[in-house]
Amino acid sequence: MSPLDALPLAESASNLLAAREQMAFTLAFHIVLSCLGVALPATMLVANYIGLKKNDEAAIELAKRWSKATAVTFAVGAVTGTVLSFEFGLLWPHFMDRFGAAFGVAFAIEGIFFFLEAIFIAIYIYGWKRLSGWAHFFSGVPIVITGIGGALSVVAANAWMNQPQGFTLDAAGKVTDVEPLKVLWNPATGYEVAHMILAAYMVVGFLVASIYAVGMLKGRRDRLHRLGLVIPLTIACIATPIQLFVGDTAARAVADDQPAKFAAMECIQETGTDQTEYVGGICTEDGVKGAIGIPGLDSFLVGWSTDTKVTGLNDIPDDEEPPAHTLLHLSFDTMVGIGSGLMLLALWFAFSWWRRRDIPQTPWFLRIVAISGGAAIVALWCGWIVTEVGRQPWIVQGYMRTSEAVTDAKGIWFSFGLVLLLYAGLGTAAVLVLRSMSRRWREQGAENVQSPYAPQREEVSG
Amino acid sequence: MSKADAAAAILWVGATFYALFGGADFGGGFWDLVAGWDERGQRPRDVIQRSLTPVWEANHVWLIFVLVVLWTAFPPAFSAIFTTLYVPIALAALGIVLRGAGFAFRKSLVGLRERRAMGATFAVSSVLTPFFMGTVVGAIAAGNVPAEGNGDAFSSWLQPLPLLIGAMFVASGAYLAAVFLVGDARRAGDGEMERYFERRALGAAVIAGAFAVAGLFALHSEARYVFDRLTEQGLPLVILSLLCGAALLVVLRRGGRRPLRPLAAGAVVAVIWGWGVAQFPYLLPTSLRIDQAAAPDPTMTIIFVVFAVAAVLVLPSLGLLYTLTQKDLLESEH
Repeated sequence: MSPLDALPLAESASNLLAAREQMAFTLAFHIVLSCLGVALPATMLVANYIGLKKNDEAAIELAKRWSKATAVTFAVGAVTGTVLSFEFGLLWPHFMDRFGAAFGVAFAIEGIFFFLEAIFIAIYIYGWKRLSGWAHFFSGVPIVITGIGGALSVVAANAWMNQPQGFTLDAAGKVTDVEPLKVLWNPATGYEVAHMILAAYMVVGFLVASIYAVGMLKGRRDRLHRLGLVIPLTIACIATPIQLFVGDTAARAVADDQPAKFAAMECIQETGTDQTEYVGGICTEDGVKGAIGIPGLDSFLVGWSTDTKVTGLNDIPDDEEPPAHTLLHLSFDTMVGIGSGLMLLALWFAFSWWRRRDIPQTPWFLRIVAISGGAAIVALWCGWIVTEVGRQPWIVQGYMRTSEAVTDAKGIWFSFGLVLLLYAGLGTAAVLVLRSMSRRWREQGAENVQSPYAPQREEVSG
Repeated sequence: MSKADAAAAILWVGATFYALFGGADFGGGFWDLVAGWDERGQRPRDVIQRSLTPVWEANHVWLIFVLVVLWTAFPPAFSAIFTTLYVPIALAALGIVLRGAGFAFRKSLVGLRERRAMGATFAVSSVLTPFFMGTVVGAIAAGNVPAEGNGDAFSSWLQPLPLLIGAMFVASGAYLAAVFLVGDARRAGDGEMERYFERRALGAAVIAGAFAVAGLFALHSEARYVFDRLTEQGLPLVILSLLCGAALLVVLRRGGRRPLRPLAAGAVVAVIWGWGVAQFPYLLPTSLRIDQAAAPDPTMTIIFVVFAVAAVLVLPSLGLLYTLTQKDLLESEH
C-alpha cells in the first residue's frame, strides 16, 4: 500500500473530474501568459519602431518597459507551459500513448518556434544597452514571427482534437500510419488558429491600453501615457473587426463539424428549421428559461436562411452529449457580447481619431478602456470553455473519450489542490512584481527617459 | 540504423544538450544556495546571475524538446514512464515552476527581503529538480518501469540506484556550473571569483566522481543488463569520461587556463552516451525495445525534418546568443 492510498478522495473514479479541473485551471492560467508571449513583443516593437523612426524618447521608454514586463511574463509562461507538457503525461497518459504519434508532430514543430522565441527574446530584452538601435530592433522581429508560428502549431494540435484526421488505426486502435500534413491542416486549423492569434492581439492590446487608461484617469496625462494607450489600443482595434468576422465563420463551421457542441452552446433542444437564437438564460430539457429569444435568427446565422436545419440535442446520443449546457451557452454568449462591446469601443476610438486625431475627451472613454483588458481576458476564457467543454465527452472527437485517456495514478485531487495553491502564489507574485516595477519606473522615470540607447562601448573587456 | 534508432539518437542528442546547459544552470542554483548569507554570498551570486540570466530560458527548452520527441516518436514509453514515475516527475515539475519563477522575480525586485525569499526558492528548487529528474533516469535504467506502465509509484524510484543517480545529477550540474563560472569570472577579470569557483569545481568533480563509482556498484546489483553493456560495449565511453575528468583535475590543480570547458563537457557527454549504449536496444530495459515503442515512419520523418530545421535555425541562433553573452553584449541588470 502506498502512502497516497491514505489521501482523501484518492479513488480513481473521481480521477477524471480532478484531472479535468487541474488541466482546465492550468490552461486558463497559461493561456493568458501565452497571449502575452504572442502579442506583447509585437506591441513593444511597434513602440520601438516609432521611437527609432521619429526619435521619440517616450516611445523608446515604453518599448523598454514593455520588454521588462515581457521578461517576467515570458519566464512565468515558460514554466506554466512546461507544466502543461508534463500534464499530458501525468494526467492523460493513455491519450498520449494512443495518439502521440499523430498529434505530436504539431508539438515537434512548435518546439522549434518556442526555441527561437526564447533565444531572440533573451537577445532583445538584454540587448538594450549594448546593441545599436536598429540591430536591436531587428533582433526583436523573429520574436513576433516565432510567436505566431508557435501559436499556429499549438492551436493546430487542439484543432486536430476537434477535427481529427490524417491517421490510420488498426483493429486494436493503435495508430499505424500518419499523414502529418493532414494532421496539421485539419478542417478546424484555419479558423481556430486565426481566432486564437487575433484573440492574443486583442487581449494584449486592450490589457496594456487599460493599464495606461488607469494612469490617465489618475491624472498622468504625459506623452508616455498617451502613447502607451494609443499604440496597444490601435493594435487591438484593428484586430477586433477581423475577429468578429473570423469568430462568425468559426461558429458556422462548428455547426457543421461539431453539431453537439453547437447545439449545447446555442441551447437547441429539437432538430429543425427556423431555430430561435437565445440570448442568455438557463438551458433545460424543456427548453430555455429566462432567455431573450429571437425567432429564426439562429437558423439564419448558420445558413443565411431561416429554412436552415440545425441539429438539436435530441438527435445527439446521450453518452455523446457535452455536459453543462448552461455553462457552454452563457460562455458563448459572454464571449460574443464582450466581442461586440469591444467592437463598439473600436468604432468610437476610430471615429474620434479620424475626426480629431485624438482619443475621445470624455473620462468615460478612459473608464471603458480601463475595463476592456479584463473583459478581453474573460472573453478569451469563455471561448476556451466553449471549445474544450463543448468537445466533451471526447478528448479526440469521435475516437477517444476523455475518461479513457485519464491516468490511473492516485492523488490527482491532492495534486490539483497543490497546483491551486502554487498558481495562486505564482499569480500573486507576478502581479506584485509587475506593480513594483511600474512604481519604480514612475519614481525614477525622468532620468531613464533621457537615455534611450547608450553609446556603443568602444571595447569589450577580455 | 533504423528510423526508430535514429529518432532515439535524436532524443539522446536533446538529453545531452539539456544535461550540459540545463544541468549547468541547475548547478548555478546549487552554488547560489551554498554561497553563504547576504554579504558573503553577494559576489558569487552576482557572477552566477550574470551568466545565467540571458540563457536559462533557452537552455530550458531542451527539456521540452526531449519531452516532445519522446511522446511523438515513442508514445508507449512516454506513457509508461509517466504512469509509473509520476511522483518524482510531478516533484520535478514543481521544482521547475518554483525555480523559473523565483529566478525571474528575484532579478525584478529591489527589496532585500523579497529578493532573499525569491533567491532561496530559486536555489532550493535548483537542487531538488535535477535530483528528481535523476531518480527518473535511475529508475528507467534499473528496469523499474514496466512496458505497460502503472509500475509502483514509490518502490520504482525509492531505491539505492535511482537515488544515487539523483545525487549524481546534482553533483555533475554543480561541477559543470563551477567550471563554466571559472571561465565567466576570468573573463570579467575577477581573479578572486575565479579561484573561488576553481576550488568548487575541484570539490564537485571529486564528489560527482564518487557518486559515479557508487552508482556503478548499484548498477551492478540493480541493473545488471545496463551494467554488463556499460562495461563492455560502453567501456570506451566510460574510459573517455574518466580521462576527461582526470585531465580536468590536473589542469585545475595546476591553475591551467585551457581547455576547461570542453573537458568538463566531455566527461558528462561521455557518461550520457555510455548510458545510451548500455541501454541499447531498449528504451525501458529490459521490457520495451526502441523498435517496439516506435511511432509509424511518417511521424519519424517529421522528427528528422524538425531536427534538421533545428540544426539549421536553432543551433546558429543559440550560438549567437552564447556569443553575445560571452562578449558581454547582453546586459543582465536592468
